[in-house]
Amino acid sequence: MALLALENVSVAYDNQYILQNFNLNIEKGQLISLLGPSGCGKTTTLRLIAGFLEAKDGRFLFDGKDYTRVPVNKRNFGFVFQSYALFPHLSVFDNVAFGLRLRKVNEAEVKQRVLRILEVVSLGGFEKRFPKELSGGQRQRVAIARALVISPDLLLFDEPLSNLDANLRINMRVEIRRIQQELGITTVYVSHDQEECFSISDQVAIMNKGIIEQLDDPATIFKYPKTEFIARFIGFTNFIDFAERSETNGEIGLRVGGHEFVAAKNPGTASPMSKKCAMRPDDLLVTTEEADQAGMNRLHGSVKVSTFLGRSYQYVVETELGDFTVNQEMETPYRSGQKVNLLFPKDKMVLVD
Amino acid sequence: MQEKNRGLALFTLLVFLFLLGPLIIISFTSFEPGSVLKFPPEGFSLRWYENIFNVEMFMTTFQTSMIVSLLGNLLALLLGIPAAYALSRFQFRGKGLLNGIFISPVLIPGIVMGFAMLKYVIVVYHLPIYAGLLVGHTVLMLPFIIRVIASSLSNFDFAIEEAALSLGAGRLETFFKVVLPNIRSGIIAAILIAFLESFNNVDISVFMTGPGVSTLPIQMLTYVENNFDPTIAAISVVLMMITAILMFVIERLMGLSYFTKR
Repeated sequence: MALLALENVSVAYDNQYILQNFNLNIEKGQLISLLGPSGCGKTTTLRLIAGFLEAKDGRFLFDGKDYTRVPVNKRNFGFVFQSYALFPHLSVFDNVAFGLRLRKVNEAEVKQRVLRILEVVSLGGFEKRFPKELSGGQRQRVAIARALVISPDLLLFDEPLSNLDANLRINMRVEIRRIQQELGITTVYVSHDQEECFSISDQVAIMNKGIIEQLDDPATIFKYPKTEFIARFIGFTNFIDFAERSETNGEIGLRVGGHEFVAAKNPGTASPMSKKCAMRPDDLLVTTEEADQAGMNRLHGSVKVSTFLGRSYQYVVETELGDFTVNQEMETPYRSGQKVNLLFPKDKMVLVD
Repeated sequence: MQEKNRGLALFTLLVFLFLLGPLIIISFTSFEPGSVLKFPPEGFSLRWYENIFNVEMFMTTFQTSMIVSLLGNLLALLLGIPAAYALSRFQFRGKGLLNGIFISPVLIPGIVMGFAMLKYVIVVYHLPIYAGLLVGHTVLMLPFIIRVIASSLSNFDFAIEEAALSLGAGRLETFFKVVLPNIRSGIIAAILIAFLESFNNVDISVFMTGPGVSTLPIQMLTYVENNFDPTIAAISVVLMMITAILMFVIERLMGLSYFTKR
């Protein structure tokens, strides 16, 4: 059974629903990310789990118990804020000790646990400093230590790295993953940075307009996005909307406007009826050769725009089925207006909803 | 090098003289040994400073002023801190209106405020003079308390409050352990500013005082009506010193820029 379950939860502000009939299950020990554009409801979901928001309908089960009406200060969840939210009037030690002292832990144990957790986040020796004397990365590690020291049943991150610079962000996300795996603590992580989510998560939930469009491990989402929204979100720029679909000996035949395509049958995630294909710009090929090639679908077109990307060229190719974007490494680029053939590898055509 | 402009320098000096002149003159005359206010003084003496302590009414009204200002301050804090907190922390219908109401005593002429308080507190509710005076001063101080504390709350990251909640603190515990310590200097500044407003106030006090109960500034007014000796200059210097010291403390806590930024 899942450790955490949101069952048909709704959240609304002023009669406007942010989440409606929302469901989510999280297994013990996993790190799950909520990823999506701003306004998709990911932060609302996190704040609902934390207890800062109350569900209008539905239930929140944690470890088999009903947590729906349990107030935030009785939940024993650790929360790490985007703004760190350290207590400015307290030293690093007192910041981290805050939760333990509220739990009436005796001072000797407080000291021992605080110092140990500061070692875990590589901040040994910083306990006498004040938040304003620390760098952004150090502050965030104090915030993580403060959330971890209470041995929370669940750890929640709200865009914890978005105030840090790029290099530090990469170090910190490795750090977060290391600590999470070391302590085996179930974690929900919210971010709008897909690289960040994909690199540290066991599971990624991609959200759009208050619903989870796909919940899978990062590699599956990356290869087989379930919907057009997700495909666009993770870098598929080319789509073909087919009119008919048929299945023959392990392949899928697709037709639209006199064009016939064949797609390999992937362990995709879209529904078995879907007729829309998504393709990455790196997976398509542009050629001037007329000969058929095995495993390829072919479409005539002409180069509309050609731009230099450094390592490769990017072409926008105009065809009867619309414009396609292709990235291709080559010595001498095609010119604008040049007649070309566009090749679609069968196994790179991903069916989406 | 910056260009020097003698004309402008002279003008600035004149402005300063105009502003500070009366205070300087008062300070000098307070040391006058004779029994009539004179400038320049014809000697140096502290006898009028001693005389402050001989005029019994100055001592009793000083006491009244202190009690009213301090007690009123406490009452205004008890009302003002929650009000400032609610106005900064929450979004709700009628927030702008409430904000307006809370600062209105600053905008309404003191004399109007005083007269209204007289009608309301004394005539309608028949409060004893002392209590009426206290109510008047509480109302007088409240907007200053709210404004100063709200301005220090505007720099407060309320995520800090949520952090305390998530670590297991209750709402009240969070307020006392996390919010209050972080707006402490704002609260002290609010206390001092409100104290000055109340202690030096004339226009509301003049309506709210009565037989047997008076504040120091009102007593000073009464005194100059009948006497023309330098005691009044001496006591003015004492009040100026108190104000200057408090302003210095406020400047240290919040910066006087608070007064210019609105």
